[in-house]
Amino acid sequence: MPEPLLSVRDLVVEFPTRRGVLRALDKVSFDIAEGEVLGMVGESGAGKSLTGAAIIGLLEPPGRIAGGEIWLRGERIDNLAREKMRRIRGRRIGMVFQDPLTSLNPLYTVAEQLTETIRTHIDVSEKEARKRAIALLDRVGIPAASRRIDDYPHHFSGGMRQRVVIALALAAEPELVIADEPTTALDVSVQAQIIDVLKEICAERGASVMLITHDMGVIAETADRVAVLYAGRLAEIGPVRDVIQAAEHPYTVGLMGSIPTLTQTADRLTQIPGAMPRLNAIPTGCAFNPRCTRVMDRCRIDRPELAARPGGRQVSCWLYDTAMEAADG
Amino acid sequence: MADVLLSVKGLTRRFDVSKPWLNRVIEREDRQFLTANDDVSFEIRKGETFALVGESGSGKSTIAKMIVGLLEPSAGEIRFDGQAMDFNSGAAMRKLRRRFQMIFQDPFASLNPRWRVGDIIAEPIHTFGLLTGAAVRQEVGRLLEVVGLSAADAAKFPHEFSGGQRQRIAIARALSSRPEFIVCDEPTSALDVSVQAQILNLMRDLQDEFGLTYLLISHDLSVVRHMSNRIGVLYLGRLVEIADAKQLFVEPQHPYTRMLLDAVPDLALSGRRRTPVTGEIPNPINPPPGCAFHPRCPHVMDICRQVVPAPMTTTSGQAACHLLTQDDRMQAREPVA
Ligand SMILES: Nc1ncnc2c1ncn2[C@@H]1O[C@H](COP(=O)(O)OP(=O)(O)OP(=O)(O)O)[C@@H](O)[C@H]1O
Ligand SMILES: Nc1ncnc2c1ncn2[C@@H]1O[C@H](COP(=O)(O)OP(=O)(O)O)[C@@H](O)[C@H]1O
Ligand code: SF4
Ligand code: SF4
Ligand SMILES: [Mg+2]
Ligand SMILES: [Mg+2]
Repeated sequence: MPEPLLSVRDLVVEFPTRRGVLRALDKVSFDIAEGEVLGMVGESGAGKSLTGAAIIGLLEPPGRIAGGEIWLRGERIDNLAREKMRRIRGRRIGMVFQDPLTSLNPLYTVAEQLTETIRTHIDVSEKEARKRAIALLDRVGIPAASRRIDDYPHHFSGGMRQRVVIALALAAEPELVIADEPTTALDVSVQAQIIDVLKEICAERGASVMLITHDMGVIAETADRVAVLYAGRLAEIGPVRDVIQAAEHPYTVGLMGSIPTLTQTADRLTQIPGAMPRLNAIPTGCAFNPRCTRVMDRCRIDRPELAARPGGRQVSCWLYDTAMEAADG
Repeated sequence: MADVLLSVKGLTRRFDVSKPWLNRVIEREDRQFLTANDDVSFEIRKGETFALVGESGSGKSTIAKMIVGLLEPSAGEIRFDGQAMDFNSGAAMRKLRRRFQMIFQDPFASLNPRWRVGDIIAEPIHTFGLLTGAAVRQEVGRLLEVVGLSAADAAKFPHEFSGGQRQRIAIARALSSRPEFIVCDEPTSALDVSVQAQILNLMRDLQDEFGLTYLLISHDLSVVRHMSNRIGVLYLGRLVEIADAKQLFVEPQHPYTRMLLDAVPDLALSGRRRTPVTGEIPNPINPPPGCAFHPRCPHVMDICRQVVPAPMTTTSGQAACHLLTQDDRMQAREPVA
């Protein structure tokens, strides 16, 4: 198997507080292959954004990586010096956030921001950088790019701003783009356009994408594989079609059943009782056990690890414990 | 046809968004108005769920606020159970007020953080003088149980609850005046899907149990399809289509409805072919003349740029689009009376 572009191993993120240490990510492991789109879903507070922030070295103190490793094309990046990490950010890993204004500086024109990013990371003349910037804006669907490039961010609508941010994220030709809820603040009709642009451009340039969203529909249309986070742990990860159409982890099963779709006929939605626990009250054993309809005694005591399943899927649930299945078999 | 509980006719609401007087003089600008709703008409039948969908700024919440009396219409009429709502008659409105309630998107903002849950739920009971003394507490306990919480929760404060639980409290409060009609403005938009499913199921159960009529407002087409009998689609303050809920998704009549459906990500992975969506919603202060959708419409004709299309009857409801009268391939349509 070729080396993955990104490899996250047993990532632990903690927040020390007065009342003890909160563990927000607990041994999260996954890979992103070259050119792959990995979707990351979960309910709010599951740890999606923290996963992204940890990878790009932007955890806000006192949050810190308390364990595990992050590798980018064979190079360990979780313990790099601040300055080195800064060079990786932008150059090798591009970022798109929910609110385009967090990535754009209101005081500079789009041209200034794009050419500055290009010239920081790639050795080209001012003129060449501007040419590239216009081409990029054109590519992300900004009409009359050569004229609009000299506008300030607030001259653009929300959807157009997010296009500019995508251009900015791709300006230095990164190998990986981390997009955290890139369309959550946008209307559906604009969301579809932005997702298409993001997906197409990354494919064209061979960039891998980590697409963070709470919207399973967006994942279904965009991702190759999907990782399902629950209370800071990975419940299930695998090819999108398999996970969506035949979820294995009881949480994923419940999640899929609770989403109304444009084709379903059932009168009632499946509902998972209760809500995701807060960080200071994560149950022992399987974090999902108080809400799980298939809970067993052992689920309340031992934590299930992510284990391989057929078809390249991994699930962390005692129902799929190979030892147990063998005994049952 | 089933009895009409609420009817809205020619409902229009303008907001004055002019700059201050001095700026207008200096910059030689006229007053500016934003038309949040323009000539909106629909009926809601007893016991049904009528939904309004539309993208941000299409005027959904403005309609909701006018219906529950939080905002006065600039023009048009709202009738509840045959009676015209008169915003200037306090006594008559008070009588009607008990019969409808509202649930908002943000269950945090809509619940007073300094009040105990029991007092929040009891407020409409006191306002309308429905019960007194120990009966109030008993009723609050019963309502909490109806929405899946426990009577003991009455003593707690809103911040002690999760988003989904807070929305249950808001629902219990809405139910406490024993209303017939509830306006729900994005009741689950702030919630995670698994919690949304709990609330949507609860809303359905309550509708069956108490024979409630809902006006459900949402930008989520899947939620709307799941919950409602009929759907109205709003674009820039105007109703472009009203249709039977299931039909709308099978045979959308208005080009905007079609575009909206094409934009919804497909969870079923059916690989259905979709027309790429183009453009964004224009500035509502100076909306495009004629059909407001014309700059984005793939079927635009000359007339669309000049004449506002009137609603025409369709097989599934009604739609306001010139195609329905101009296109020979379409069957002849009747204007909506
Ligand atoms: N008090 C107000 N003053 C000025 N303009 C207003 C006011 N309230 C609403 N508007 C404008 O009226 C239009 C319709 O607003 P409304 O809140 O009804 O939209 P909505 O469909 O509920 O949108 P959303 O999905 O964002 O909730 C918008 O353009 C909005 O900016
Ligand atoms: N600065 C912080 N201090 C304490 N807890 C935090 C902080 N930032 C995030 N968390 C917690 O970490 C968890 C995961 O957060 P996040 O990654 O933002 O979730 P998501 O993006 O999945 O909604 C949440 O429980 C959140 O409350
Ligand atoms: S490990 Fe047990 S509690 Fe957890 S999801 Fe599997 S069956 Fe349910
Ligand atoms: S009236 Fe004209 S522009 Fe408007 S939706 Fe119909 S065809 Fe399109
Ligand atoms: Mg987040
Ligand atoms: Mg609204």
